[in-house]
Amino acid sequence: MTPPARGLRRAFAIPAPLAIGAAIVLLLLLCALAPGALAPYDPLAFDYNALLQPPGPAHPFGADNFGRDILSRTIYATRIDIQIALFATLGPLVIGSFVGLLAGYSGGLFDLLLGRTIDLVLTFPFLVIVIAIVAVLGPGLVNMYIAVCVVGWVFYARLMRAETLLQKQLDYVAAARVLGYSPARILFRHILPNAARPIVVYWVTDMALKILLGSSLGYLGLGAQPPTAEWGVLIADGKNFFTQAWWMTFFPGVAIVMAGLGFSLVGDGLADLMDVRR
Amino acid sequence: MIPAAEAELSAAGLSKSFVGSRSLIDMALGRPASRLQALRDVSFEVARGETLGIVGESGCGKSTLARCLVGLHEVDRGEIRYRGQTLGERKGSARSRYDRAVQMVFQDPNGSLNPRMSVGECIGEALAVHKLAKGAQIARRVAELLALVNLPDSAALRRPHEFSGGQRQRIAIARALAVEPSCLIADEPLSALDVSVQAQIVNLFLELQARLGLTLVFITHDLRLVHHLSHRIAVMYLGRIVEIGPAQALFAAPRHPYTQGLIASAPRMEPKRVAGRDAVAGEIPSPLAPPPGCAFHPRCPRAADICRQVAPALETRDGSWPVACHFASAEGAV
Amino acid sequence: MSAAPLLSLRGLEVVFATRRGALHAVDGVDLDVRPGEILGLVGESGSGKSVTLRAILGLLRGSARVSGEVAFAGEDLLRAPPRRLEQIRGAGIGMIFQEPMTALNPVLTIGVQIEETLAAHGQGDARARRARAVELMREVGIPAPEARLANFPHEFSGGMRQRAMIAIALAAAPRLLLADEPTTALDVTIQDQILRLLKRLTDELGMAMILVTHDLGVVAETCDRVSVMYAGRVAETAPVETLFAAPRHAYTHALLRSAPHGGTPRAPLNPIRGQPPQLVAPLPGCAFAPRCDFALPACGAERPPLVELAPAQASACLARDRLPPWRAP
Repeated sequence: MTPPARGLRRAFAIPAPLAIGAAIVLLLLLCALAPGALAPYDPLAFDYNALLQPPGPAHPFGADNFGRDILSRTIYATRIDIQIALFATLGPLVIGSFVGLLAGYSGGLFDLLLGRTIDLVLTFPFLVIVIAIVAVLGPGLVNMYIAVCVVGWVFYARLMRAETLLQKQLDYVAAARVLGYSPARILFRHILPNAARPIVVYWVTDMALKILLGSSLGYLGLGAQPPTAEWGVLIADGKNFFTQAWWMTFFPGVAIVMAGLGFSLVGDGLADLMDVRR
Repeated sequence: MIPAAEAELSAAGLSKSFVGSRSLIDMALGRPASRLQALRDVSFEVARGETLGIVGESGCGKSTLARCLVGLHEVDRGEIRYRGQTLGERKGSARSRYDRAVQMVFQDPNGSLNPRMSVGECIGEALAVHKLAKGAQIARRVAELLALVNLPDSAALRRPHEFSGGQRQRIAIARALAVEPSCLIADEPLSALDVSVQAQIVNLFLELQARLGLTLVFITHDLRLVHHLSHRIAVMYLGRIVEIGPAQALFAAPRHPYTQGLIASAPRMEPKRVAGRDAVAGEIPSPLAPPPGCAFHPRCPRAADICRQVAPALETRDGSWPVACHFASAEGAV
Repeated sequence: MSAAPLLSLRGLEVVFATRRGALHAVDGVDLDVRPGEILGLVGESGSGKSVTLRAILGLLRGSARVSGEVAFAGEDLLRAPPRRLEQIRGAGIGMIFQEPMTALNPVLTIGVQIEETLAAHGQGDARARRARAVELMREVGIPAPEARLANFPHEFSGGMRQRAMIAIALAAAPRLLLADEPTTALDVTIQDQILRLLKRLTDELGMAMILVTHDLGVVAETCDRVSVMYAGRVAETAPVETLFAAPRHAYTHALLRSAPHGGTPRAPLNPIRGQPPQLVAPLPGCAFAPRCDFALPACGAERPPLVELAPAQASACLARDRLPPWRAP
């Protein structure tokens, strides 16, 4: 088999867990990008004829106490939650990676300080700090992003630092130094591409975690604010009607689980994939 | 000895130590950090176009020496000179010139190439950073360099992992040659390769030297290779040079007891050599705790009191070549 | 001397299942080891020499398919039940490895590791075990053995660790020792010590040894007979003097020629052209033919059989009678 054909065939030999995860994530993206195409109803439309209606042909996921279609609301909420997945991770990713890269390469005092800072931040429970910061700044998604940034960069920094230390030992870095390349070039053109693999994998899994975080905060009223449809908010909406209308909390909950599962599977699958194929 | 003025590369009194790290507790208890003296007062010269072989076993400091020569480590004491000029701070243009003049080939062909860059990008980068070629010229020059190491043009598009060990080593050599060095420091460049492939790379070094007039400092533990390839050989033990002289003569009649033992230990392709006493008794001491006086005395058949107290200087004692031994003599060579 | 062989390999094959297909690491190996002799197994990377050794004791990963015959003192090890193999490992056949640091258990003292082997092979009395452990340490040249029994592997230097590994391997008095590149990772002067030690021990204990190495010098100085391997097959077997005097396989010839051997200083060497073969899709014919200066069309057509030339000598090369001297006399 000629090399191009072989490569193509290999590209399609994706292991099952990764395929499932990718399918879920693709579905979520679809919901986020084109909710109107998928949702049968307007998420904000009240329908007094369908108050607290259980799941049925008209409303597959049932309706809430205002007659709004849960399915539609869940689909529209995907947009917010995917946004959370992205925005709550990008900041820590960029900041943490940068700091970790510098610390790992330069060593010395900077690295020492970074290490102590990481230790300090890690002594506090993540969720507690985030809630505390949001409580101070006020509820809302933007404040949540800020809070996550302030604390979350540490995980990326630690990971990137470890990878940088590893790569730094290898002879291709020494060769770059002997060839007279500047530290900036060595860091960004040589070390970073080789250290990126575990960061990317961690990032995908982190997105799953941030969706959970966003939903938790939404549930507590500290994240997205009603009437914005966000899965955590939807669950909060339904908590007072739990015994009468379990579907109000159930289906958004399933969505959260699916999202978390999808991203985790992709993360794990990527780890295996990137290892083997280089 | 070569007068310093003519030497391509010279080292004078190089000393280098590594200090271990201490934990906070160690600092609190006042425990000193462990100090590993990798190089002690190492001096030598290499003439232009010459091949100097450096041999030694674990802890002798040859790799540290290689790294100091190319600037990967800063020496604690001593000077390195390139064509008579001391490389002091080596900043700016002086540094750039030295970087280009003295290049290195590493031991592990896997680790010494960036796995994510294609061969062409890798070599092209060296050309671009040092402004030796621009634009379309780069590809042409890369092809020339690949031809110099007997690799086809098509190699430029591929990544290191698609090549064999010997080919990767050639790519590393091409990269080093891209900046037009006059001096190559090769740190065990053949150790990771099979015997039949080693021969290919040895021939490449010989050819490049003849063609480009390169000076070569060849570091290895393989005595057969160093004997074949070098004009002169320096033998190192625990951070010092113990003997340095012309390759053939040194091998025929080594003066230092360690050199004698080393050569006697090296397996030769002579079936069933007579088994007898160990060529060199005892263990190689750790560089963290070297013996006082002459570092070799615990294992030396000629050791006397003076050896335990005074480290012998590296000097020519019997009109042959510098030897660091109070009792240097060609007798006792196996 | 035609004593019955202690170990006999016939048609040994080891195939690994890999992503790229079936990898024939060992592709039909015939070998004999006589009691008390040192057989060198020499080859470059990919020749299958280490895999052969591990196949003898059943130490390969699950994905390996082993077939053929491995007869040790008349018993077929490939068909032996696991319990029997356990008994043989250590007591019948011992093994030492290249990297003592990874081959020794880092969290157990050397004393425990030696005594463990003794206990596993029937030495019941704790005091007798201790005494024997001290004796073994002394045998292998470790100074102050009583004290050093309580040391951990990382407290030994490289050469001492290798000696300790030999002591463990000898604990149950095996009749055959498999040595997988035992000195490759050691310094030259230490290698010399260890090889002499191994030679002395095999002489004194009447133990046979298979010494796997890539270093022809080691083979020349230590071994009685040599088998040269290429691409998972035996190219040539001969007494060591005969091999170095007149190799009877083109690969051996090329290998000997490619090493620097005191000719004109700085003269170009004679490398073997081309690359080692792919073990995944073996081509028909002799594996070395594409790189061989003496190849004939017949060499590429069908795999040359390993032909016995003399009681202790065999060659799988059609050009065996046409090879010129490999070095100037």
